[in-house]
Amino acid sequence: MSTSSRDRILNILRTNVPAQKPLPSLDEFVNNVPEGDVATRFIEVVRAIGGALVEAPDLPTIAHYIEQNYIGKRVVSIVPGLESLTTQPTGEDPHLLADVELALINTHFAVAENGACWVTAELLGDRALPFITQQLAMIVRRSSIVPTMHAAYQKIADGSHPFGTFIAGPSKTADIEQSLVLGAHGPKSLTVFLLNDNQ
Amino acid sequence: MTVGLFIPCYIDQFYPQVAIATLELLEKHGVKVVFPQRQTCCGQPMANSGFEHLTHSSNELFVENFSGFDYIVSPSGSCALHIKDHLHSDKHENEAAGIRGKMMELTEFLVDVLQVKTLPANFPHKVGLHQSCHGQRGLKLAQMSELVAAPFSKSEHLLRMVDGLELIPLGRRDECCGFGGTFCVAEEAVSVKMGKDRVADHVQHGAEYITGSDMSCLMHLEGILRRQNSNVRVAHIAEILNGKVNA
Amino acid sequence: MKEQGTFKDHAALADKFNADEPRVDWHDKTLWFIREKRDRAAWQLAEWEALRETASQIKDNVLANLPTYLEQFEAQAKANGVTVHWAADAAEHNTIVHNIIKQQGVTRIVKSKSMLTEECHMNEYLAEHGIDVVDTDLGERIVQLAGEPPSHIVLPCIHWKKEEIGELFHEHLGTPKGMADPQFLTAAAREHLRERFLTSPIAITGVNFAIAETGEVVVCTNEGNADLGVQLADVHIACMGIEKLVPQRQHMGVFLRLLTRSATGQPITTYSSHFRKPRPGQQMHIVLVDNGRSKRLGSDDFRNALKCIRCGACMNTCPVYRRSGGHSYHYAIAGPIGSILAPALDMKKHADLPFASTLCGSCSNVCPVKIDIHDQLYKWRQVLAKEGYVSSTKKAGIQGMAAVLSRPAVYTVAGAAGRWFMKYLPFVVNNRFNPWYKQREMPAVPKESFRQWYKDNRKK
Repeated sequence: MSTSSRDRILNILRTNVPAQKPLPSLDEFVNNVPEGDVATRFIEVVRAIGGALVEAPDLPTIAHYIEQNYIGKRVVSIVPGLESLTTQPTGEDPHLLADVELALINTHFAVAENGACWVTAELLGDRALPFITQQLAMIVRRSSIVPTMHAAYQKIADGSHPFGTFIAGPSKTADIEQSLVLGAHGPKSLTVFLLNDNQ
Repeated sequence: MTVGLFIPCYIDQFYPQVAIATLELLEKHGVKVVFPQRQTCCGQPMANSGFEHLTHSSNELFVENFSGFDYIVSPSGSCALHIKDHLHSDKHENEAAGIRGKMMELTEFLVDVLQVKTLPANFPHKVGLHQSCHGQRGLKLAQMSELVAAPFSKSEHLLRMVDGLELIPLGRRDECCGFGGTFCVAEEAVSVKMGKDRVADHVQHGAEYITGSDMSCLMHLEGILRRQNSNVRVAHIAEILNGKVNA
Repeated sequence: MKEQGTFKDHAALADKFNADEPRVDWHDKTLWFIREKRDRAAWQLAEWEALRETASQIKDNVLANLPTYLEQFEAQAKANGVTVHWAADAAEHNTIVHNIIKQQGVTRIVKSKSMLTEECHMNEYLAEHGIDVVDTDLGERIVQLAGEPPSHIVLPCIHWKKEEIGELFHEHLGTPKGMADPQFLTAAAREHLRERFLTSPIAITGVNFAIAETGEVVVCTNEGNADLGVQLADVHIACMGIEKLVPQRQHMGVFLRLLTRSATGQPITTYSSHFRKPRPGQQMHIVLVDNGRSKRLGSDDFRNALKCIRCGACMNTCPVYRRSGGHSYHYAIAGPIGSILAPALDMKKHADLPFASTLCGSCSNVCPVKIDIHDQLYKWRQVLAKEGYVSSTKKAGIQGMAAVLSRPAVYTVAGAAGRWFMKYLPFVVNNRFNPWYKQREMPAVPKESFRQWYKDNRKK
């Protein structure tokens, strides 16, 4: 049944396609870099969208911050060099991550115009982790911030990620009379650690 | 140049002073104006109701009346737009095409063709400008708030030439008044609610008069104002620019 | 206004909606506020109009090459280990989805927002077959508990007040009576749905964009409900209309910059997830749905509606939608875009929708992909009138108008007669049978028409 639907649909489409229209170039957007320091803009936007932003000179500073603020809570850290922050190892089953209070992950890069950070499966340990955790923390290297989504997609144009996502701020909803509430189903808070790598 | 004056049916029947003001305004600027007596309607009410296919005879009548002018000018943005977009003729398509190219709404004619710089008009009142949709978004008589683009308004440009006239700001600069042709009766509840909201915006900002380039919108707003026993009046922009507004 | 049996048309439903004026004001102001947020976001990008034009052209290219892109998409998805299904219509879509669920022996599933599944009435179908579907988007869960369809494609319960939601949650979730604090209610929903996420082996999602080049589907949410559902499930079913394609990954830059700014004024949704391959051990299915889209592709007049990226900006700006509410449109998708989509599916049922508009043109100018919505509304009116879906009374009235307006002598007499009646026998016109007169005064009658004045004063 499905196969013949496929053929029927494609045949109707082939009969009905309109005249050819070329793809427009994206050069003007890729080349048009907004003025100003990308990091400054990124910091502004992350805070505007409900994220916390902490500037950190190095990984130990981040480790110390987390140790201070998540005492007695389950922490999972997927950051090389900060594995020791993990209080209880993850297993095969994502359901067992339901009681994670804080997840700490790396990011590939971040986007200044909207505060979004690109992460892929390999950075997550378990794909459920950044969504099931109650609070999320991500490390962004200052040198990895790009100005716009066009630059972002240039970076991942050939990416072979099986799963990737842009994460911009904590989970949120305004479905109840347009009142903004942080923490709908995903994490209630997002902390971005901006690592000053000066590269 | 000779201009054919196209007067929408409802102005002809209910607001002749608007047509008179249009005529006088054009003549004051040295334009020879002819009003073809056999004109009736642009066909918009029928076309917008889905019956464009019944407008052949009114189209032919329009072509018959308005061929041969340098411009055709009308004090109605929506009628001018309808002609520009939809006038066709089975028998005289060349003429129809010519008319489509020469059809102009009054304020765009004053600004773009006559390039009026001053007006000897005096109107010391607070005036709210209602930006009629077809004129604004269709004829590009003013910038629309939806677009990220430089502001401009031909009506405002002209109204600022009038002595003593104070243009009031509005909360929603270009929201539709709700007239919409047969919509005004077919969807009476929404139409009136939209009109009431427009009126409230003007009243809240202190308007003594509401003006615009479409009498249909103003007729609808006036109907609401008078039902509210309001002191606020409507006046077509032609009347204000011509310096003669009936109380 | 038509009320035949239980069917009420837009005008009748809108009339009912307007009975509560303060509520209409609240609904209108809330949505206008979102329109304003969209404006502020758009003005932050000097290149906003260039982006719209580019998005429009990309979608034009997609439509011109749709079969090719679909085949490319399918091949890529299959190579990624995804099963691709094709559904000719809503019924086939529902059967396909049901079969996947049946095969797993599952009866509890979660679903994130998908207008396509609304269009196919999938929830009802699955319920009839013993499958318990929980909508996990908060707004959708609210209307689901209330037994209603969503009234807006992005803001499903925009027509609900927090006190009413509080009552609903008290009844269904056991929150305290009278509790209406959005923070509290959202937290209650979080707990209630979290339990559901953890116990649903199958997750259905919609698709915001499908990338032909890579076979991946992109799902955008603020809540994270699509992601949480998928990552805790053994099977991911992604349902999409065949028009949702974009050619290459780089084009996502354009669409993601436009989508959420147009929808809510945010620079981007919290999550923009790219699902390419299922987790090891997980199954991923994509259901490609036609349901009239391939037919529409062949229409010069109406094809552009296929460019829609379901942002809802047209609804937020529409002065009629804001004052009549999504349920007045009696279709899964309301407002301007709904009004040009619905008649293609059922001309008889939805003949009223293209007339629920003043043709103001605001919608076309906020549309991020430049669909000529208001032009299509006009064109639909012509189709519906020709096909006989305009009432015979209206048609007779228009025919009468056409006859008068094409005969100058008759027009002059008719005009004079009308004015005479209005002047000397006003009750003939000023009565409750005249819908104009219900809330407006009729225009005053001048002493003569313009053409009479011109004859007397100018004609030499």
